Amino acid sequence: MIEFLQNFLSEDIIKVLPTMPKEIYETLYSAIISTVFAYIIGLPLGILLVVGEKGGLMELPSGLMKIIDLIVNFLRSIPFLILMIMVLPLSGVIFGTRIGTIASLLPLIIAAFPFVARMVESSLREVDKGVIEASQSMGCSPWQIVTKVMLPESKPSLFSGATISLTTILSYSAMAGIIGGGGLGKVAINYGLYRYRFDVMLLAVIILVILVQIFQSIGLKLTVKSDKRILHRKKGK
Amino acid sequence: MEDIIRIEGMTKTFRLDDKDITALSEIDLNIQKGEIFGIIGLSGAGKSTLVRCINLLEKPTEGTVTVAGQELTSLSEKDLRKARKSIGMIFQNFNLLMQRTVLDNVCFPLELENMPKKQMRERGMELLKVVGLEDKAMAYPAQLSGGQKQRVAIARAVANNPQVLLCDEATSALDPNTTRSILALIKEINQSMGVTVVVITHEMKVIEQICHRVAVIDKSKIVELGNVADVFTSPKSEIARQLIMPKSDGDMPFASIAQLKDSRVIRVVFDGGTAYEPLIASLAIDRGVKVNILGADTKNIDGKAYGYMLLGLPKDQVQADRAMVYIKSQDGIHVEEVPE
Repeated sequence: MIEFLQNFLSEDIIKVLPTMPKEIYETLYSAIISTVFAYIIGLPLGILLVVGEKGGLMELPSGLMKIIDLIVNFLRSIPFLILMIMVLPLSGVIFGTRIGTIASLLPLIIAAFPFVARMVESSLREVDKGVIEASQSMGCSPWQIVTKVMLPESKPSLFSGATISLTTILSYSAMAGIIGGGGLGKVAINYGLYRYRFDVMLLAVIILVILVQIFQSIGLKLTVKSDKRILHRKKGK
Repeated sequence: MEDIIRIEGMTKTFRLDDKDITALSEIDLNIQKGEIFGIIGLSGAGKSTLVRCINLLEKPTEGTVTVAGQELTSLSEKDLRKARKSIGMIFQNFNLLMQRTVLDNVCFPLELENMPKKQMRERGMELLKVVGLEDKAMAYPAQLSGGQKQRVAIARAVANNPQVLLCDEATSALDPNTTRSILALIKEINQSMGVTVVVITHEMKVIEQICHRVAVIDKSKIVELGNVADVFTSPKSEIARQLIMPKSDGDMPFASIAQLKDSRVIRVVFDGGTAYEPLIASLAIDRGVKVNILGADTKNIDGKAYGYMLLGLPKDQVQADRAMVYIKSQDGIHVEEVPE
């Protein structure tokens, strides 16, 4: 068996293979941690973008809304690679290091939260205006409308947004390999870019693709399962 | 009778593309406690805006709205939210929470009041029993038909024992049979709970079936107001005539008046005095006069016949006059000649 693999795989791959679990772990770790933090900032921001607009539930000064909008658009339009390099000095200040997985978290979060905010915003906008009007007619406060109506009603859409966010951040995190962030991205760049070992690079990419596939299908299942507008055949009445 | 809703000098304008559009102008309206009050008008007449001005989902530009002795137009946002809890509302599109079960939808207004869970469930089931859906408590709205969804919406709207129930085109998305059963339910709730009901519609049959009084709204103004039977039998405004007898002008389905221009055409209006079939029969038997029925639209309101009939009189002048005299002598019937 081992002989067969040795014939089939290059020496580099065999050398890299034992480190793979650790690299996969680092990739997942940085993607999940950044997604969580991106949501901690992005979710309230997305809500704010919807309720604070003109004619929204809690109209905020239009100047403030313009500034928020501008910041989100600005961060969304910088290519991640550039953003990463721009943010590194800040990573140095906060984490005390400019390289490695920890240092890559900050640019990941900064790149991801505006994305998440837009995802949340579009999910919340899907909520039927009539339902919001009905809850107003029942005497709901704006806070109650957000927590008891808008968020629960858009749950399936929020789940599918979270899936897209996580998979996007996963591919961003691979780019963090450039600045020494650990994980599959590092493997791909170190072997593929610097040493022309394309087979190793290919292996890293394939694993990334599989990870994205797994997250995507889990996310889709959650989305469908949580959506009570879809008639699930198994249920009785 | 005590007024539960009082609207005084209310005007509502919207700003659209730097132009002011008047949706409602100078509305004065009193609605009595316990009645079912209808507001009818064509689409765009302002009736939906009017009903939203009652619970201030739309803020009137001018004027005051008083509900149950409380002037809503003078309240703070917080007090207004509290006041809204005694004004239930149902909608054309039901507006249920799609991700909650039927029971949780009905319990929603109680949840806002922080009612204890057990008590809330009991009250929810009680309400579902009233609307005849207790077996659907654990279903989701997507599994229900339109009529069932509206029943859930009604249960939800009256969960807090409101003083007023506003119905915004509540049956417009439903088929005629379902419409009748939903209206019957509204009437039943009006009687059993004593809730005052305001019904907005563009369909005269809705007004006919459940309303006591009706206001006709046209081009942002109330053009006519009165008891349903009165407005029905002698509509004063052009728009009321159109709504009540949509076929009496222009598009006659039976025969065009122009085709019969050499004979006289009369309009016979029934206002609850008699039924119309014996009239034509007795005219033929007693007087020997045969008339053509060119068109008819009669309705049954509280067991009495209301409506109109278009009759083509015989060309023979003597016979025609004899018919006119006979019909005029009947009680509860008005006759007028239709000009050529």
